[in-house]
Amino acid sequence: MNRSKRRTGRRHPLATVALLALGLVFTGGAYAAISSGTAAQAEAKPTSQETIEEGKKLFQANCATCHGLEAQGTANGPGLIGVGAAAVDFQVGTGRMPMQMQGPQAQQKPPQFTDEQVKQLAYYVASLGPGPDIPADHLVNGGGDAANGAELFRINCAMCHNVAGAGGALTEGKFAPPLTNVSGVHAYEAMVTGPQNMPVFNDLNISPEDKRDIITYLKYVQDNRSPGGFELGSLGPVAEGLFIWIFGLGAIVAVTIWITAKSN
Amino acid sequence: MAQDDHSGTELAAADSSHAEQEFAGSTGTAVIPHDGFTNPGFEPHRPRVTDEDPKREKRAQRTVYTLFYLSILGSVWAIAAYMLFPIEGNDVGAVRLNNMFIGFGVTLALLGIGFGAVHWGKSLMTSPESIDIRHPIGGTEATKQGAVEVFREADEESGFTRRSVIRNSLIAALLALPIPAVVLFRGLAPQDQLPVELLSHTMWAKGTRLTLDPSGVPIRASDVTIGSAFHVIPEGLAELEQGRLEEKAKAAVLLMRLEPSELNPAPGRESWAYDGIVAYSKICTHVGCPVALYEQHTHHLLCPCHQSQFDVSNNCEVIFGPAKRPLPQLPIAVDDEGYLIAQSDFTEPVGPSFWERN
Repeated sequence: MNRSKRRTGRRHPLATVALLALGLVFTGGAYAAISSGTAAQAEAKPTSQETIEEGKKLFQANCATCHGLEAQGTANGPGLIGVGAAAVDFQVGTGRMPMQMQGPQAQQKPPQFTDEQVKQLAYYVASLGPGPDIPADHLVNGGGDAANGAELFRINCAMCHNVAGAGGALTEGKFAPPLTNVSGVHAYEAMVTGPQNMPVFNDLNISPEDKRDIITYLKYVQDNRSPGGFELGSLGPVAEGLFIWIFGLGAIVAVTIWITAKSN
Repeated sequence: MAQDDHSGTELAAADSSHAEQEFAGSTGTAVIPHDGFTNPGFEPHRPRVTDEDPKREKRAQRTVYTLFYLSILGSVWAIAAYMLFPIEGNDVGAVRLNNMFIGFGVTLALLGIGFGAVHWGKSLMTSPESIDIRHPIGGTEATKQGAVEVFREADEESGFTRRSVIRNSLIAALLALPIPAVVLFRGLAPQDQLPVELLSHTMWAKGTRLTLDPSGVPIRASDVTIGSAFHVIPEGLAELEQGRLEEKAKAAVLLMRLEPSELNPAPGRESWAYDGIVAYSKICTHVGCPVALYEQHTHHLLCPCHQSQFDVSNNCEVIFGPAKRPLPQLPIAVDDEGYLIAQSDFTEPVGPSFWERN
């Protein structure tokens, strides 16, 4: 009924669609402008008292059960005084904290907080005692020497994380996670703070520039595909052996059966 | 010389009695079980579809020559791929493409011939069922007698039994011949040093500074924060011109700092650590892999090769796996300038067992 009305009227049939689209564009644009404006206003600043207050509220609501109301630690979780902003940014920013359950190792999962909330938490914890800060951008953007980074990676990291950063098993259910999708910031923070069972690599062991080189190497490995063909997860001889045992020998067995079977 | 009267293959029809006769004639010393099953002979001959249906035969023929033509195509493609995807400069991606496409071509060329030949044989070549009788391994009586006669004659003519002095000297000469080869194995070890000595000592000595791998920068005790793991080489190793890797393979050390209260030093080792900083050989006592998977909370060291675990807080004693001895500890101290130094070399040989190890 409506349709026939419209067709007979003077309005173009697409006018409704055009009007709707226009309205959506305006609403969306206005929302984007406002929301970016508020984000810019509320950007977490390490020194701002407001940031620290916000962080404290988030901390008491989400972390205090295990880490204590004043981050002093309880039987269920370590104290966080002096761990620094870097530790919080790593643990919360990669979703490891808040922990889903007690286990051998905090598992990575989608982050529970927005970037801004992570920063607020980080600067609140940093305000409790001096500790490593979130690294500057020029150290984590992968602009270093990949060859030097590769040598340092092989000496300091490859035994647990695998030479191609594919990760590996540790004892009693613990494992070194793969580094194939880790951002430069988080890789840097992990080296400085030594999360879970990872040892600490402070700036006197591996200098900030060397850490930048290691991150450069990791980015290089992520961006360059293996020249030798399929990596099979870069897990080394076990994965490759299993593959050839199943598929290589399987193909040989199949061909052998075909050769020896009587033709019909 | 006796003739081998069973040489060549014999094609026999599917006749069990014939086959049995063949065996009865020349069984040699073989034991013939009398209760063995009898040869059931062939199943009735079943013609293939290609034997009966000319259309199917044509199709099989087409399949075979298509496979051979595909093989030609593969060979030509391999040549073309060599030109189309050259390896230029230092581009690893070019190597990948070059290898992959040439590989496809060569694979097609080989498999085309192989599959074509097998398919030809299976579906088109005439194939009446037949038995290829396996002839007994032993020769006939006459052959054996002939062989004995040959040996006896040779002995008589050469005087091998009669001239015993010559014979014994020849045997002695043959026995002495391989001995130089045994001695030459010694040449695999360094000439002017005893291998046992080399295995028992490392570059570490009293006062040698602990330095970072690979830069060789000396480490201060204050640099090593709690939870840290430093990969350490002795001072001077980074500058070695010759034998650097050999020395590193023995002298590599892992330096860790724990809370001093978490360490339980064995009697006599109380002064080997410095304020919770301990240094252990990185070479596994099982088969010598580098043990460096350090877990800073459990203080366990894991060897990646065979999953031996060492407990750093209890003198690196073995808590799991095939290793039999704890990792050797390097006694450390601090010099006047605050740098970490070794008190001495390791007090026992590092790495896996060897014959002369006490």
